Amino acid sequence: MFERVLVANRGAVARRIIRACNALDCESIAVYSDIDAELPHVEEASHAERLPGYRPVDTYLNGENIVAAARRVKADAVHPGYGFLAENPDFARSVEAAGMKFIGPAASWLERMGEKTQARQWMQENGFPVHAGSEVIRDQTMLTNAAATIGYPVMLKPTAGGGGIGMIVAKDPESLTSAYAAATSLAERMFGQSTVFLEKFLQGSRHVEVQLIGDGETLLALYERDCSVQRRHQKLIEESPAPAIERSDIDELSSRAVEALVGYDSLGTVETLYDQGRFGFLEMNTRLQVEHGVTEEVTGLDLVDLQLRIASGDRLSTLLPERPGIDGHAVEARLYAEDPESMLPYPGHLSVFRVPDMAGVRIEASYREGNTVTPYYDPLLAKVIGKGGTREAAIARTLIALRAIEVKGVKTNATLLCRILESARFIEAKLDTAFLGDLL
Amino acid sequence: MARYPVESEVTGTVWKVEVTVGDSVTEGDVLVIIESMKMEIPVESPQEGTVTELLVQPEDSVEEDQVVAFIED
Repeated sequence: MFERVLVANRGAVARRIIRACNALDCESIAVYSDIDAELPHVEEASHAERLPGYRPVDTYLNGENIVAAARRVKADAVHPGYGFLAENPDFARSVEAAGMKFIGPAASWLERMGEKTQARQWMQENGFPVHAGSEVIRDQTMLTNAAATIGYPVMLKPTAGGGGIGMIVAKDPESLTSAYAAATSLAERMFGQSTVFLEKFLQGSRHVEVQLIGDGETLLALYERDCSVQRRHQKLIEESPAPAIERSDIDELSSRAVEALVGYDSLGTVETLYDQGRFGFLEMNTRLQVEHGVTEEVTGLDLVDLQLRIASGDRLSTLLPERPGIDGHAVEARLYAEDPESMLPYPGHLSVFRVPDMAGVRIEASYREGNTVTPYYDPLLAKVIGKGGTREAAIARTLIALRAIEVKGVKTNATLLCRILESARFIEAKLDTAFLGDLL
Repeated sequence: MARYPVESEVTGTVWKVEVTVGDSVTEGDVLVIIESMKMEIPVESPQEGTVTELLVQPEDSVEEDQVVAFIED
């Protein structure tokens, strides 16, 4: 095992990784921007290194400073968490060039899956199903032809993107040109690269993803998660297993993912859209995922522990000689600092922040009472995970936990999350990505 | 002639100022873009008029309901 792991992230995920390191008797090194010095991840680590500045680009996205900090403390590995530099091949290479292990897949996998049309092509060539889509759009003619071939409505997506950011829907040929102009400018601003591609916009489809774990030799699928309830293409509620899909269909999907990604060597997630009984590739996330906790709850595994062990050279065939089964059901709700009506960010000082300690409930918070939620980073306050023998029990526990959380000083989306979990449509598992739009 | 304050809906940092003093704008035109928690939130003109004052510049911090510009019709 590593002696000292630098955790290049903040908030809930940094705390999660630090906890896994501590359990392995491996020293954990936190990093923090000037405005994050008071956060719990800083205190919970064995040691913390300052990243001067506030803005992400100066701090958690500053690969050079992070590698320098890791060298300073003589870390032997760097865990990027999710977001920030987690899927940046240049960062992975600079960590390894400095003689440390990047805890994640090989940089070649980050590259292959980072460019979205290339990822799609890779999956398709390796037998994984895809929905209708285009290559990178090069000009107006190609745009018009591709949209006509795919059929309206189409979704314009940045090739360098991911995570549902910067996507625009064109309903008909009339709105295509303006949607293209908007999408390319958004892609340039968000990802520094203006190229976009088209996909069929599947209204009423479900977001279903497969959790994978590999060590380069063995690759296992650890079942699926349904993450259909979203706002602005960002997940709000996740659960495992996915309700109302035949297990044989999920098994088939898992096998296809494993076959398409032979040689993959870390944690990863293949995201798909499930539309009228067919799965189609969406993107692959080559990292630990925000919602990994629901998979942990139903499989009994510690995915971060496994990820650390694999990165340090342990074999999956020894760590997991048999694929675990699924036990029960888990639901996660993402508690955000945001106005529940406008869904706009709502930073502020957490004068009260109390999360319950309850059986069957796991809460991973980014903050502690007295901390300030600043506008510089994402609005996640806590992940609230309810586990039960049945889906109903898991939903009920998540609801009880959400109602027991006390927050003052910022607005949260807690009431919205409760409304979703209590709705007849959610209880009946009539899930799709239009769920929230229809509810409101 | 009436003078209308334009407020930011959110706490955040000014990412871009899209207009200059003297510009004519119509309702819904983006005056300023605020960045907050990984989102870009546009501050739009509440109505038609001329931008007479801009109270923020890029990288400034703004609070919820802070006036960022004035429009006169």
